[in-house]
Formats: sequence, C-alpha cells, structure tokens
Amino acid sequence: MDLSLIIMQLLSGIALGAVLVITALGLTIVFGMLGVVNFAHGALFMIGAYAGLYLASLTGSFWWGLLLAPILIGAFGMLIEFVLIRRLYGRSIDDPLLLTFGLSYVLVEGVRIVFGSDGIPFPTPPQLIGVLDLGIGFFPRYRLFVIALVAVVLLVLWLTLEKTRVGLIVRAGARDPTIMQVLGVDIGRVWLAIFGLGVGLAALGGVLAGPMRSVNPEMGALVLAEAFVVTVIGGLGSIVGAVVAGLMVGISISMVALFAPEMATIVMFALMAVVLLIRPQGLFGVRGRTA
Amino acid sequence: MPKSGSTPKISRRTALAGLSASAALLAMPRIGRAADETIRIGFPTPLTGPFAAEARDQVKCAELAVKLVNDKGGIAGRKVELLVRDDKLNAGEAATRTLELIEKDKVHAVVGALSSAVQLGVNEVTRARGVIYVSISQSDTINEAKDFSKYTFHEALNPHMTTAAVARQTLKKGMKVAHLVADYAYGHEMLRGFKRAQAAIGADNVGEILHPFGAADYSTFMPRLMSMRPDVLCISNFGRDQANAIKQAVDFGVKQQMKIVVPVILHNQRLAVGPDVFEGVVGGANYYWGLEPQSKTAADFNAAFRAAYGGAIPTDYGAYGYSGVASLLLAMQAAGGTDNDKVVDALEKLQYDLTKGPQHYRKCDHQSVQSVLVLESKKKSAMANDNDLFAILANDAGSDDMLRSCGELGHTT
Repeated sequence: MDLSLIIMQLLSGIALGAVLVITALGLTIVFGMLGVVNFAHGALFMIGAYAGLYLASLTGSFWWGLLLAPILIGAFGMLIEFVLIRRLYGRSIDDPLLLTFGLSYVLVEGVRIVFGSDGIPFPTPPQLIGVLDLGIGFFPRYRLFVIALVAVVLLVLWLTLEKTRVGLIVRAGARDPTIMQVLGVDIGRVWLAIFGLGVGLAALGGVLAGPMRSVNPEMGALVLAEAFVVTVIGGLGSIVGAVVAGLMVGISISMVALFAPEMATIVMFALMAVVLLIRPQGLFGVRGRTA
Repeated sequence: MPKSGSTPKISRRTALAGLSASAALLAMPRIGRAADETIRIGFPTPLTGPFAAEARDQVKCAELAVKLVNDKGGIAGRKVELLVRDDKLNAGEAATRTLELIEKDKVHAVVGALSSAVQLGVNEVTRARGVIYVSISQSDTINEAKDFSKYTFHEALNPHMTTAAVARQTLKKGMKVAHLVADYAYGHEMLRGFKRAQAAIGADNVGEILHPFGAADYSTFMPRLMSMRPDVLCISNFGRDQANAIKQAVDFGVKQQMKIVVPVILHNQRLAVGPDVFEGVVGGANYYWGLEPQSKTAADFNAAFRAAYGGAIPTDYGAYGYSGVASLLLAMQAAGGTDNDKVVDALEKLQYDLTKGPQHYRKCDHQSVQSVLVLESKKKSAMANDNDLFAILANDAGSDDMLRSCGELGHTT
C-alpha cells in the first residue's frame, strides 16, 4: 500500500471528522451547560440544510445561506428553549429528552409537508466545485473548505469561551447556576443563548453537509447517532472531547474503509464500546457527572 | 343491557346460544354473496423510510391499475379494492402486515414490496398460506427453487437482466472495471450479475469495495477506487445510497477518469441530486416515460397516468406498481374470478403488454420475461424540459435467454 494513498485516506478522514465535530459540538455544549440531551439535534441539522438551501436560492448565493441559516435556525432554537425547554429545568433529565424526541418527529414531518419527502439537490458553490491537485492525489475543494471553516469556528468558539467576559459567565453558569443568580447574573438569558448556539451549530453542520450529501427529511437521523457516539467518546459536555473524538472517529472510519470497507460504519460503535469499557466517562469527561 | 338482572328466566347460556345462532344467520347471506364480493388486493410497500419516494409512485400506479379496471365494470362484475400497507422497509413488519391482510382483511392476492429482504418476508407468509404474490422488488432470490412456490410471481426485472444489458452497452474487451457495492442482498446480486457479464465480455475486474447499507458518506472509499485506475466504476446500490455515492464520486473527480455505471438508474434519485451530478451516468431501467415515441403501450400508459394525476409522468418504480397489479387483474379476468389455481394457471398462460411491450411469466420460476432499457443521464443543456432526464441507449426485447436457466435456479423442469 503506497504512502500517498494512506495520506489521501487520512485527509478524507479529517474532512469527515470535521463535519462530525461540528455536529457533536452543539450537542455536547447544550448537554454540558444546560443538562439537556437534545434529541432534536439531528432534525435541527436537517432543518439547517433546508434553510441554507432555501436562503441560498432566495439570495442566489451559497454564502448567504451559510451565514444566515445558522443565525436564523439558532434564533428558532432560542424560541424552542423559551417556549418549551425552559419549563422543564429542574425536572429529571428524561423530561427534556422526551420533549426533544417528540419535537424531532414534528420537525421532520413538517419538512415533509412543506418540501416533500423526496430529496432536493443542493449544488456545491461554484467557487468550490472540482478537485485540487495535492501532488499525491486529487481532493475535492469543497471538503478542504469544510476542514478550514470548522477550524475557524472552533478557534472563535474557544477564544469566546476562554478569553471573553461572556465566556467567563457561561463557564461559571455551567458550574454553579445558583451562585451566578446570587451574583446578579440573569442565568435564564445565558441558557437561552447557549441553546441557541447549540442549535445554530447543528444548522451550520447541516448547511455544510448539504453539498456533500443529498438533502432529505431523514438526513438528520444518522447524524444524530453519529453525534451521540462522538459525544460519548469525547465525554458528555466536553468541548475538547468532541473535537478530539470527532477527528478520531472520522480518521478511524477512513482507515478501516481502506482495509475492510464493509466494517466502516461499525468501527465507530466499536470505538465507543472500547472507550466506555476503559473510561466510562469518555476521554475528556468528568466522572460521576449527571448534569 | 341494564335490564338483564331483572329477567332471570333467560340464563347466560341460552343467551349465548341465541346470540351465536343469530350471528350465524347474519353470516349466512355473506357466504351466498361471495360471488359478487369485492376483490381485495393487498399492497405492502415502504411508504416510510429511504425508499418512500419510489413507494409512493408504486401506490399511485397500482391505484391507477385498479381504477381502470373498475371503470370498465370490474372483474366478472366484482369491484376491485387495493389495500395499501406500510411495510416500513422491514421484513418483520412486512410479514406481520401481510399476515393481517390475509387473515383479517381476507385479501385474494398480494402485490408489492420494494426491498429484496422484504419481498422474502412477504413471500414466506403468502407461500405458507397458498396466496398468490406478485413481487415488484428487483431481486430474484424469490425465483430460486428454495424460496419459490407456485403462488410466487416476479414482475420486476432481476439483477441478471439489468447488469447484462448495462454491461453490453458500457463494457468492452480488456477494459478495467471496479465495483462499489452495497453490502446486502441487492448489492451482492448486482455484483454477481456484473461479474458474470464482465467475464463474458472479457473485461478485467480490478477491485471491489463493499460499503455498509445506508451510508451517508462515501468519501473514504474514493481514494482507493481512484488508485485502482479503472475505466468503468460500477456502483451497485439503491435509493439514496445511489444518489449520495454518485454525488460524492463526482466531487472527487471520478468522472474525469472513468465512466460511472449503475445496474438500475433511478428516476427519483436523478431528480434528487440534479442533472450535473448524474450527467453521463449509464444504467438499466424497466421503464422510462420517454419510451412513448417508440411504444404505443407506453404512450397509452403515460396518457392514463397524466389524466389521473394532473399531467405528471409515471416513474420506473411506478410502472412496476402498475404492471404488477394490472397483470394480476388480467389473469383474474381470464380466470373469471379469484379461484387461486385458476388464476395461477391464467398468469402462467398470460401474454400481456401493459407499459412497454410484450411480457409473460416464465413457466418454471414465474419471472416476467420483458424488455430491458439502458439509459444515459442527459446533460442539463440537452434537456428539452424538466422531465427529459435520460437518453435511451438500448431497448433490448425480452427473451428467455436474458434469464438464468431454470436448471441454474434449481427448478427441475
């Protein structure tokens, strides 16, 4: 097996991992800070893809879709938090889980009614069509762009959380919401923003995945499973964990595809099983955390 | 019955006896009326799940077949009713629904199923109960002796027919061929068909990659496929897998290096990913509406469909729903009713021409002998309108030579 093939395979794995990271990120942030297991995450990913497609065709540019869809769907996420999820804080973890599970059905069915259950084509932006010659092989320009964009998003997110006052409040709020309230912080607004951010990230993942896959109402189901696996491997609630685990899963799938392609899907779950056996809290998780 | 307590003269036992007697009386005229009772056809199909688009077309066309017969007064004076059930693309679900259709709804025959595993599930049930089943799934394990029964019919094309026709149009001696195959019955059968056709033509196999069924991402298979440097890449999968695999292969620049070929090119998937992605992809098909200039039957079928569904055109899988139900109804007409053995006999003798040209069920395995189309997806600029998707490369007339021999399938005759 020659080296260039292995490098190309590694690159495919990183590109795949980038999409996994972005979808798992929203899930893990919402769980880590709000203690809400968002089962509608996959459906919101799908809604994001549709919104991106719709906005792109409305404005005539993919870039507007990419920018506006996460903002719009993020705002929709805030509405969901404000109207539905908010009422369930302080109850058992199952309640928001069941609520979002039901919500995912409503969203998928809603899209089926509005856009039909057949898939819709999502064209690759013209600037990113085609392949780039890397010397050792060809790689789709669009996938390289996805890797770069995800890296930028991660950097911005990290800087915001670690270096700004807003980030400080968010991190403190996740650790001890009661003290935050005593200190005069409106924790409700923080939660609203966090849920919106999580949903916005799901939508961003959907728009990014659109040109790589066909857009259809069921596209979120598989993504939800993948995002959960990544989140569990990385440790529930851990942002670093989601990034490391996402790339790990992407690269594992890609490498296994090289030697035993029919095992490519299973490897993700095998990896999760191994991690759970050795480190039940996940790679970067905190032991005994129940949100 | 609030007063039952105050009338102790009627014991519970006599009451029950009386009730059952009157129930029997009520049931009697039903038996007498059986001759003009509605003919019920069960139709399990995956209305939910990844093949929902194809399934809905099947239902539309099956309903059209029933409507056309009823408009002409039904069969021997009896109306026909279609009972559609969602099999959810799950063999267990399909078996349960089929059992209900037979036991509870008392259907006279079953037509339907789309996936290979599901048709086997349906067939298990219908075979055990001696109910006629016309399968419209493009997999033919059902025709092999071990799963076959005299009540089992297969209206759809089979992998052997489509792969041979496609290979004849696309492969030449000495060409290098690579395969990307969905790792389940459908993919394996298509791969077997392609490899047999390849061997006959003298093309070389340079590699096979099996991918998990229902995968969303195919990027990880592309570098290896490219490194095999084939002239032709055969992608043998179905539904959204076909759309995603072709789309991602195109993203990786596969089309610049090799031709993409599929055993069955799907109308709805071509619509779902657009003309640019599918441009130049070649695949087999049972039906394409564009057949109408060459076939009077196709023109009539299209016209009937347009009239019923506001000017829309029937798709490949829709045509299966139509011919599956309509051929069965023709046989019932010939048999003068729903007597199972007479209908089986009539189906075996039937020469029918419903959507695209003459067809008949082969005696030994009940496979429908029919023409196979080979289509090439058109370039966007070459499309005359939104429905002008494919160019017809070949229309191979049906013959027994297209099929695996009866002996190979394990039939004694």
